[in-house]
Amino acid sequence: MLTVMLPRLAGLSGAGRRSAAVAGRNVSALKPAYWLVMLGGLLDPVFYLFSIGIGVGSLVGEIPLPGGQTIGYAEFVAPAMLAASAMSGAIVETTFNFFGKMKFMRLYEGMLATPVRPIEIALGELGWAMLRGSLYSAVFLAIMVAMDLTSPLRALAAFPATVLVGFAFGALGMAIATLIRSWQDFDMIGAGQFALFLFSGTFVPATTYPAALRWLVEITPLYRAVDLIRGISLGTVGPVQLLDVLYLLALTAGGLAVAGRRMERLLCR
Amino acid sequence: MNSLIHARGLVKRFDGFTAVDGIDVDVRPGEAFGFLGPNGAGKSSTMRMIGCVSPPSDGVLRILGMDPRRDGPAIRARLGVCPQLDNLDPELTVRENLTTYARFFGIPRKVARARATELLDFVQLGERAGSRVDPLSGGMKRRLTIARALINEPDLVLLDEPTTGLDPQARHLVWERLFRLKQQGVTLVLTTHYMDEAEQLCDRLVVMDGGRIVAEGSPRELIAAHSTREVVELRFPTEDQGAYADELKGIGERIEVLPDRILLYVADGDDALAEVHRRSLTPVGSLARRSSLEDVFLRLTGRTLVD
Repeated sequence: MLTVMLPRLAGLSGAGRRSAAVAGRNVSALKPAYWLVMLGGLLDPVFYLFSIGIGVGSLVGEIPLPGGQTIGYAEFVAPAMLAASAMSGAIVETTFNFFGKMKFMRLYEGMLATPVRPIEIALGELGWAMLRGSLYSAVFLAIMVAMDLTSPLRALAAFPATVLVGFAFGALGMAIATLIRSWQDFDMIGAGQFALFLFSGTFVPATTYPAALRWLVEITPLYRAVDLIRGISLGTVGPVQLLDVLYLLALTAGGLAVAGRRMERLLCR
Repeated sequence: MNSLIHARGLVKRFDGFTAVDGIDVDVRPGEAFGFLGPNGAGKSSTMRMIGCVSPPSDGVLRILGMDPRRDGPAIRARLGVCPQLDNLDPELTVRENLTTYARFFGIPRKVARARATELLDFVQLGERAGSRVDPLSGGMKRRLTIARALINEPDLVLLDEPTTGLDPQARHLVWERLFRLKQQGVTLVLTTHYMDEAEQLCDRLVVMDGGRIVAEGSPRELIAAHSTREVVELRFPTEDQGAYADELKGIGERIEVLPDRILLYVADGDDALAEVHRRSLTPVGSLARRSSLEDVFLRLTGRTLVD
């Protein structure tokens, strides 16, 4: 048994090590300009929280929850901003940067001449995107706690959920990046991302939409992400959140599978 | 069978187009082996199959005794690859390009640093270690790519057109480094469409054309088998060089008419030139030289190597 398992385990640890090396390449490439880009991504959701959550929120008043309780508008919007920032952090890294590395820097061709395999590149890049997304989330959660929009304990519980959200959107972004032909296509991604950002139960509860539209909203990935994180941050976790988790796990697995296969098709002809 | 590369009936097809059409190759340890041929002959496709980044469409291929379809990562761990187009990392420094690459092979950081220093000295880039890649010249980039291909102390180094696009001085510097490697006993496999490169570096080579191997041997063997000892090149002041072919009949073994000149394949160039002048023919340019692989290629395919 051991002799059967050992080589396989060694193969697996090799894959993990190689994926880590791919992520490590990005650490070496960190430059001051990159930190500035990251700061931008970090400030985005904070601005929305202040301008809409607090600014517009003062006009909106209380929001009723399905359970009957009511909450302040900022409390309602903050977890959605958190989910959206986890999404955008992951998507920027896995679409824009991934595409540039694959098509223009030809980085992956160099990597594939080593023992590194396409799926290990995908995993490594995704892991790196997660580091970036998680940093955004941690900072934003700290702001939420400081503004008394959630409790420290719930913030701790929400953190792994944001990581899951990042994985799901990172894998999705990477799959899309392998299908993209030119930089023009990124406008489409941006538009799609913004539509998700506006209509995924972020600023308005999905229950306010007409039934048909509501159904459409509720199957979008950002809606599931917002639902999961809002449930945790407001302390209203139920069976629906389990569905959210399964949905996001499936998205992660599906995205990675597509990305790995497409990379193999593109780079290992 | 201790061939590092063993191919039988190797085929590569892309959507109905056959790039490599059933080739047999054996590369032995310690030799410098070349694939010579024009663009589109199937050299790069062959190299990508040997490098285990492109699955063969048909035939047998064993690299280091292993099967690329199954053992790709294990084989690539022992290969050094210098691709035709530089794919150095523009966001890293010269040194980081080596140390980061070493991590993909699982080489410990400390060992990687030591090897990077050693290799940068070897390719004469020690002083540029902290520089970014972009400002480097083409020759420097190519040398860095060669250093990168050596970071894992490979059993087999693959070089796809190692000096294409370099100026003569940079080419000679690359050749000199490759020759050093060869002397150290490193097995080199390279593709080229430069006959002088093949003659300088290769112990043995195959000539490829249209996805097939049309000849095989050492440069000297190939010249002996497919050409004469010397060649006389003549240029006549006319649009149609062929008009003079008849008057040159009988000089040497063979006449080749090219758009801009006529080649006479002869045993002794000076004797042949004397005969040309005796027939009171007056070319505007004439040159007697040794036969080269270019002549071999022309003989085998009816075309020149570099268009």
